[in-house]
Amino acid sequence: MAVYFQKREVVVPGQLLAEGRYRPSVGTYDDGERIFAAVVGLAELRGNTVKVVPLEGVYIPREGDLVLGTITIVAGNNWKIDIGGPYQASLHANNALRRPYDDDISRYMDIGDVVTAEVIAFDRVSGPYLSMKGRGLRKLTDGMILRVSPAKIPRIIGRRGSMINMVNNQLQIQTVVGQNGRIWIKAPNIPILRLAIKAFRMIEDEAHTSKLTDRVNQMLVEEMASLRDEEVDSSTDEKADDDIEVISDIPDEEETTEVEPEEDEAQVEEAESDEIVDPVEEETLTESKDEEDVDKNEEDVIE
Amino acid sequence: MSPEVKPDFLISPEGLRVDGRRPDEMRPIQLEVGVLKQADGSALIRQGKTYILAAVYGPRELHPRHLTLNDRAYLRCVYRMATFSVPDRKRPAPSRREREISMVISNALQPALFLEEFPRAVIDVFIQVIQADGGTRCAAINAASLALADAGIPMKTLVPAVAVGKADGQLLVDLGDEEDKYGQGDIPMAILPDTGEITLLQQDGSFTREELLEAIQLGINAMKYIHELQKDALKRAYAKRVSELDEDDDEDDDYEDDLETDLGESDLMEE
Repeated sequence: MAVYFQKREVVVPGQLLAEGRYRPSVGTYDDGERIFAAVVGLAELRGNTVKVVPLEGVYIPREGDLVLGTITIVAGNNWKIDIGGPYQASLHANNALRRPYDDDISRYMDIGDVVTAEVIAFDRVSGPYLSMKGRGLRKLTDGMILRVSPAKIPRIIGRRGSMINMVNNQLQIQTVVGQNGRIWIKAPNIPILRLAIKAFRMIEDEAHTSKLTDRVNQMLVEEMASLRDEEVDSSTDEKADDDIEVISDIPDEEETTEVEPEEDEAQVEEAESDEIVDPVEEETLTESKDEEDVDKNEEDVIE
Repeated sequence: MSPEVKPDFLISPEGLRVDGRRPDEMRPIQLEVGVLKQADGSALIRQGKTYILAAVYGPRELHPRHLTLNDRAYLRCVYRMATFSVPDRKRPAPSRREREISMVISNALQPALFLEEFPRAVIDVFIQVIQADGGTRCAAINAASLALADAGIPMKTLVPAVAVGKADGQLLVDLGDEEDKYGQGDIPMAILPDTGEITLLQQDGSFTREELLEAIQLGINAMKYIHELQKDALKRAYAKRVSELDEDDDEDDDYEDDLETDLGESDLMEE
């Protein structure tokens, strides 16, 4: 009975972690007595369970996961959905639409649409299969999708949602976090949206550090304060040029290229370069129109 | 480059090799992990004048589909030499030698990987030789196993590899180009260091039984050393990322957020 690593130590594949009656968990393998690391990551001991929290990796579906996906093919009664990772998912119309539904299911959801769905089945031989029967599972019609590394998703959610709730409350935005490393963000305006992206990138980059929630919180408070200052400034000045200025004055502009909703082509390129983002076309619609759309879709799609 | 001439001797009267090494001395090895941004995992190795980049993508969807394996991931290695990697321009078309080495590398790495965790998918390993100076297939295995680890692919262990050869009747560890060309033989090998399983063992030239056994022993010692270098390079790459960020924290063991979370209801928005 012995443990050969410090708490949250960086371990490499093949490194001996523990001997004796410990239970091997994710990121490890064992030869009956000894437990070794199988991936690069941070070793942890919880109770008598040894695991390695991976720092890299693609999305491997698990039953029960909430995922965000893009429809790539409409095939008869199925939608084929790209959820990232090596496996393409399929969603059967019975799991998304209320009966009776039209034979042409592309009337309800078509190629390019982005949906939230749950993984209902996945094993070595078949799947993953998705379902959209469930609370809040729907086609997304506005907002944007941010891609992050799937290995960092637990950190973005935080313990019992502490991190994501904090970000939502600070920025007054709506989000859906998919286990497959995609985050849907709906923000009232572009500066807030950029701030949200900055926050998520920060969590992603610093995922393995302590007190992260506090630091992200602090960053958001400061940035929100400076945003409000700028708003005050601009409203006292004259109008015309100011809108542009407000946008260009936002600190830390690295992210700006990623967001502009009108430039579809640019976005497609961005998406290919893996930085970001599935453009959700309807992004440019006005708020009121959006809501109508959402309502319609919900009638169609959910139960 | 001036035309190559055969050196007068491969072992000097003092018992040293052409580049001044002792018979059991390796060339200086430099390993770097995570050098490419686009790839899921990457590594670079400099072993003497040999200079190789390895990039890993995946696991990802396998095309063409007919290569799909239903019980495990397909490991696709591609070993390529740059046209400028050798003194005579290397013709850019994939050669028979490159295809053989690709397969040999794939076979050497496969026993170390948990491929059965990703059925139907593919793991792509691209190996580019920037500059060749002997021992490229072994250096390529060293780099590729680091790149695989960097990509987060589960594996039993890193895989070290080395070539042991013979020149002027003397066994030499980690052959350089001239020793390879003008020597009497060459045995590239790779092992899984924890179990001692041999995953690559080739030979050209002729060795007696005793020489072969001694060569393998020399190789195993060298590979143990390379394995330490590999572990060190990997830890260095990741420890750097962790410590850069951790500096201003007073190291507090009480983590506020748990890395393991149930998928809370919190992320399903109430509309």
